[in-house]
Amino acid sequence: MARSTVREEAILEDVQDFTHAILAFVDEDGYPLNVATEFETDAASDAIRLKTPAIGPQPAEGSEVNVTFSHIRPYPGVGYDQRRYVSLWGAIQRDGDWFVIRPTRSHGWDEDRLHFFELCERSVPTGHEYMRKLSERRGEEVKPQLGLGWLIFLATRVPFLTATIVPILLGGMIARAHGESNWWLWLLCLVGGAAIHLGLNVLNDVSDTTSGADTANVNPTMFSGGSRMIQYGLVSLNAMRATSFALYAVGIGIGLLLVATRGIELLWIGLAGVFLSIAYTAPPLRLVYRGLGEICVALGFGPIMVLGTYFVITQELTFEAFYASLPVALLIMLVLYVNQVPDRPSDAKAGKNTIVVRLSKEKIVAGYDLSMIATYLLIVVGAVTGLMPVWTLAALVTIPLAIKVHRGLSSHYEHPYELMAAMGTNIMVHLATGLLLSAGYLIEILIS
Amino acid sequence: MSALPVEIEELLDSALAAELTVLDAKGRPVTYPLIPLYDGEKIYMHSSVLFSKKLEHIKRNPRVSVTITDPVAAPVEPFRRATIQGDARVIDDDLHHGWEQKILPLWIEKEPIIKKLVKQRFAMPLFWERAVIEIIPRRAFLWREGRTDIAPEVFEPEKVA
Repeated sequence: MARSTVREEAILEDVQDFTHAILAFVDEDGYPLNVATEFETDAASDAIRLKTPAIGPQPAEGSEVNVTFSHIRPYPGVGYDQRRYVSLWGAIQRDGDWFVIRPTRSHGWDEDRLHFFELCERSVPTGHEYMRKLSERRGEEVKPQLGLGWLIFLATRVPFLTATIVPILLGGMIARAHGESNWWLWLLCLVGGAAIHLGLNVLNDVSDTTSGADTANVNPTMFSGGSRMIQYGLVSLNAMRATSFALYAVGIGIGLLLVATRGIELLWIGLAGVFLSIAYTAPPLRLVYRGLGEICVALGFGPIMVLGTYFVITQELTFEAFYASLPVALLIMLVLYVNQVPDRPSDAKAGKNTIVVRLSKEKIVAGYDLSMIATYLLIVVGAVTGLMPVWTLAALVTIPLAIKVHRGLSSHYEHPYELMAAMGTNIMVHLATGLLLSAGYLIEILIS
Repeated sequence: MSALPVEIEELLDSALAAELTVLDAKGRPVTYPLIPLYDGEKIYMHSSVLFSKKLEHIKRNPRVSVTITDPVAAPVEPFRRATIQGDARVIDDDLHHGWEQKILPLWIEKEPIIKKLVKQRFAMPLFWERAVIEIIPRRAFLWREGRTDIAPEVFEPEKVA
C-alpha cells in the first residue's frame, strides 16, 4: 500500500521549505557517508543543486546518490511534531563548486498529508513480512504479543457494552416503576444480552475480515474499523469464530433458561434478537452490507432488549415499555450511523453498502439531525402524554452534546481521526440520554 | 569508554532527530530520519517492525552513517554538525520487551510522551514490536561551526580517547 506522500510532479516545490539537504553516497571504503549541505532548486532544468561539502571522500561522477530533506519541531516536555521528510535519488554531476542531481525516484512522509495512524495501518504488511522472515530464521513463530486480558477486552470490544447496559437498565427500571422487580432476573438479562452483544462484535470482525472490509480499512479508529485483532495477527480467524460461538452459546443458554422459567413470549423476542444479530453481519443475509444495519441495531438494542428485560421481570408486554425503548433505539442507531462514516471507502470497496456508503454527506448529516430531533420529540411527547415519567425530560440536557456531534460530523466528515471526538461524543449522547431516562423512572419510583 | 569527542557526544545527547543512511540490496544509500540515543559508548536507534526495511538493509550490510545536521532538532551551543560512520547490528531477539530494557529510559529522556504511550501499547500493538539498531562508531567528522563547506575534524578509533 502506498505510503509516500511526496508529490513526484512537484518534488522541487516540496523540498523548497527545508533549511538544508543531506547528501548521502558510498565512500571508497564501501561505507555510506551522509553530510549536510546548502541547496537550491533549479526549476528550469528540473534539478537540485547542492553546495559541495568539504568532506574528504566525494561521490563518484555519475554515481547514484541519495539526497534527504528532513524537519521536525521540538515540543518541549512531550517530544516533537511537524514530522516530514523527502528523500530522492539521482545521478550526481559536478558543476564547479556545486553538485547537480536530477531526481529519478523519491520517497517521503509528511504527517500533515498522511496521518501517523494511517501510515502505521498501511505498514502492517511490512510488519508481518518482517516477523515472517524472523520466524523462518529462528525456526519458531514470531508474532506480536498482547496480554490475554487485553486480547479479550479488545477482541470483544467490551467498551461498546454501553449499548447493552442502557436498554437493559431501562427495561429493569420501567418494570420497577410498574411495580415489579427482581434484580437476579435483571442480572441474568444483562449477562445474556452482553454475551450476545460481544458474540456479535466478534462475529462482525470475522465477517468483515472474510469480506475484506476490515483488511482494506487503513483508517480504523477506536470507534470504527473493527478490533483489528485478526489484521494485526494477534488472534486467528478460527479463534475469533470459536470465541463468537462460545459467547452466543452463553447468551442463548441464558435466554432458554429464562424462556423456560418466565414464559414462551420471551422465546419470540429472543429469537428475533439472535436472528438480527447474526443476520446483521453473517451470510447469506448480511443485512449491514445491504444498508439495513441501522434498523437491525435499532431493533436489537432498543425494543428487543428493553421489552425482553421488561417481560422477564413482569411477564407482561406493554406499549409504555415499547414506547420508552424508541429514543434509545434511535440513539444507538445513530452510534452505528456515525461510526460508519470513516469506514465508507473500505466498506464500499468490500461491497458493504451501508447507508453512509449510499448517501451523500449532506443527506447523512440531515439524516443525523432528523433522527436526533425525532429522539428528543419522542421524549417530550412521552413525558407530556404520561407514557413516560415527566422526570425523563431531564434527558433533554444532552441536546448540546448532540449539537456538538452535528458540528463535528459536518466539519470532519472527510477526516477520520478528527471525527473521532464527534464519534466519542455521539456514544456519550446515547449513554447519558439512556441513563437519564432510567434516572427519570428511578425518581418516579422514589417519590411514588 | 567513549569513542567520540565530547562535542559529538553533546550533539548525540541533545538531538531529537538524526539521519541514518544504510545501503540497500543494490548497494545504494537510503536515508531515514530517526531519534539518536547514546549510552556513552554506542549509538542506538530503533524501529518498529512496521517500518522495518532499514532493519533488513542493515542485516544485509551493517555499514551505516549517522549525521546530525538540524539546529532546530539538535539545540547545542555553539551549533555544530557531525557525521559518524559505523558498524550496526540489529537486536531483535525479543521484539516485545527487548528494546524496553535496552533503550526505553534513553528514549523517554528525549521524548517524554513515550512514558505515557508505552502504557497504552494495546492501542497500537504492532508499533510497539520493535528492534534496536546498535551502532559502533568507526569514524567521525565534526564541523565545529556547522559549516560543512569548511573541512571537518576527523576522529578515528585509535585517535580518540
